Amino acid sequence: MNFELSDEQRMLQDTLRRMLDDSGDSAWSQLAEQGIFAALFSEDNGGLGGSGFDLSIVFEELGRAGTTDPIIESVLVCGRLIASLAADSHSELLGRIVAGDVQLAFAHSETTSRYELNRVETHADHHCLNGVKSVVVNANAAHLFLVSARIAGDVADSSGIALYLVPVNTPGITVVNYELTGGGQAADITFDNVQLTQNDCLSTDALIAIDSATAAAIVALCAQTLGAMETTVSMTCEYMRTRQQFGRPLATFQALAHRLADMLIEVEQARSAVILAAGHLDADAHSRDLHASAAKNLLGRIGKLIAEESIQMHGGIGMTDEYRLGHFAKRIIMADHRYGDVDFHLERFIALSKT
Amino acid sequence: MELNYSAEDIEFRDEVRAFLAESLQSSLADKVALGLSLSKTEYEDWHARLQARGWLAPNWPKQFGGGEWEAVKRHIFDEECALANAPRIVPFGLAMLGPVLHKFGSTAQQNYWLPRILNGDDWWCQGYSEPGAGSDLVALNTKAVRDADHYIVNGQKTWTTLGQHANMIFCLVRTDSEAKAQEGISFLLIDMNTPGVEVRPIVLIDGSVEVNEIWFSDVRVPIENLVGEENKGWTYAKYLLTHERTNIAGVGFARAGLAAVKRFASKEYSGGKPLIENPLFAARLAEIEIDLMAMATTNLRILSNASGTQAPSVESSMLKVKGTIIRQAINDLMRRAAGPNAVPFASEELEHSQLQVGPIRAGRVSMQYFNNRKLSIYGGSNEIQRQIIAKDALGGGR
Repeated sequence: MNFELSDEQRMLQDTLRRMLDDSGDSAWSQLAEQGIFAALFSEDNGGLGGSGFDLSIVFEELGRAGTTDPIIESVLVCGRLIASLAADSHSELLGRIVAGDVQLAFAHSETTSRYELNRVETHADHHCLNGVKSVVVNANAAHLFLVSARIAGDVADSSGIALYLVPVNTPGITVVNYELTGGGQAADITFDNVQLTQNDCLSTDALIAIDSATAAAIVALCAQTLGAMETTVSMTCEYMRTRQQFGRPLATFQALAHRLADMLIEVEQARSAVILAAGHLDADAHSRDLHASAAKNLLGRIGKLIAEESIQMHGGIGMTDEYRLGHFAKRIIMADHRYGDVDFHLERFIALSKT
Repeated sequence: MELNYSAEDIEFRDEVRAFLAESLQSSLADKVALGLSLSKTEYEDWHARLQARGWLAPNWPKQFGGGEWEAVKRHIFDEECALANAPRIVPFGLAMLGPVLHKFGSTAQQNYWLPRILNGDDWWCQGYSEPGAGSDLVALNTKAVRDADHYIVNGQKTWTTLGQHANMIFCLVRTDSEAKAQEGISFLLIDMNTPGVEVRPIVLIDGSVEVNEIWFSDVRVPIENLVGEENKGWTYAKYLLTHERTNIAGVGFARAGLAAVKRFASKEYSGGKPLIENPLFAARLAEIEIDLMAMATTNLRILSNASGTQAPSVESSMLKVKGTIIRQAINDLMRRAAGPNAVPFASEELEHSQLQVGPIRAGRVSMQYFNNRKLSIYGGSNEIQRQIIAKDALGGGR
């Protein structure tokens, strides 16, 4: 047993923490310049790492700093999909993703798909694409959309989901952008007789790759949420030490101090869940998904506690747009609405535990 | 024991329902249901409709134009209005200042200010909290210094709800810095158009602007705007706080919220079936419904025993804690029900644009979730309420 980071991992963590200290909401260009995205990919795919722990280190720091860049969606998920489905034919594109020179958006989820990765109504007949994708993160900045479309089977079948790489200015595409709660942007994208070619098709059966990329996204999002919770809890500690009511600091009120203690305990629980999920990211799919679901369920529950209690301890100031805390709270809560929520992963954990 | 409303109660409830069906525009109810901000005019128009029906000031004594309703009747009215998504009655003049003036105001103040409240001539706001005086309200520091026939007011109030619409503010100010904390406070009525008053909006995390900072620099207030005696303001403030809590359980809001969750979850699909049939979701929904059924009865038990319009302190503290926990749980369930569609930031502009994509599907459920975190903070935080409850049972200090 050894829970220590390697020297290289510690260096990565230190570099990131220093870099992000004064980066504000967006760190994309700095991260790209410093070659940080390489940590998210294996050497085979032009990276320098790519393990679950590499991911958790990077995204925990991004979460701590409050970065809102769509790195999970654009770099990690799209990069991994291309790496696993078309590394040879698209090695140049992959290199540009790792270098941070190109932005992508994964157009997969639909209005009615909720958290089910297999539910795809958008369809492609003879490479002609029709359908609507919803809440596509980073669509506004993307140069390329990675679009899933059904080419065979019923709406919820596991097989028959193809993946297309589509330039955003292809005729027949309509994009409606909007802001996301907690930062960033997404869009609804309509594909109306968008004519593509065989060359645009990365895979005719992509669900296994989508599952795998989503597992990586879950590790990353959980780590990012852990980082956000660390900042939130440390802001709450600081506030309780300094805020005076009834002639003494809030910290001296036992009823509040004990609740803070529970928050600290739960953050350590969250950290362990992230470590478990990260450590199983490259295991077999069953073990990988079991641990990813455990982490996502637990982080959803703990996130709610941390976000709500931090606001409550702060009082009104915690609800203002001007103060950083509320923005962290929003990101923590909204993480529960991405890649499956508490209930979705509880059900999946139960199902996976039976087999 | 009789668990049902009397025939008279039911008759009144039907009367309220008929009134709401006739007088409440569906477009306005939709805005309320979505949690959108209402304009000043929309509030004023609704007040005027209620006033025309004689229902604007149900708690006020008849001599001042009120209805002197019993607590249960008031509860029926509040609940029906909430279920119909009627705008709330803006409480500052009607539910807060009104009762203070009835009891402690001079005849001149009563004759001048009370009819203006009923007519909607003034929009009042509440100047209580300060940056350094939140839960510890008595630490307030805004000063009023006597200068001949005026007070000169300096200081800052905060969390002033809908202060941006107000032309009048009732304030707790310190008139004696030497006295013990509670004893040097006075209750002043201040015209917001006086030179030196500045309103600064506070944007909340849901993007709404409903609270404000109010700054006072050398604001001259005529001494006839002092309510009651100088340095006795804390007594009036405490009296007012018990009135602030009469509808604190928010049963109607909770019922309306729960009905909205059920409607939404019947239309939203998960795994090919309506979400409401998902066992995990159904269990969460049922638990909240069970909590609410019991809380509604606790509320009625307490109301039946209440004399007049003043809610008893410990019981109203219990209702505040339980009522806000339930309402926040409903907001939490609603955001979960919306799934990935809860993430788009449904700004008010977007909502008004009638955009038929993205955010409109889930509406403002996340915004309402975040906005209603305020329920356990304002009106005496839930921690303060728990302290009141425990102190009553255990006696003595904290």
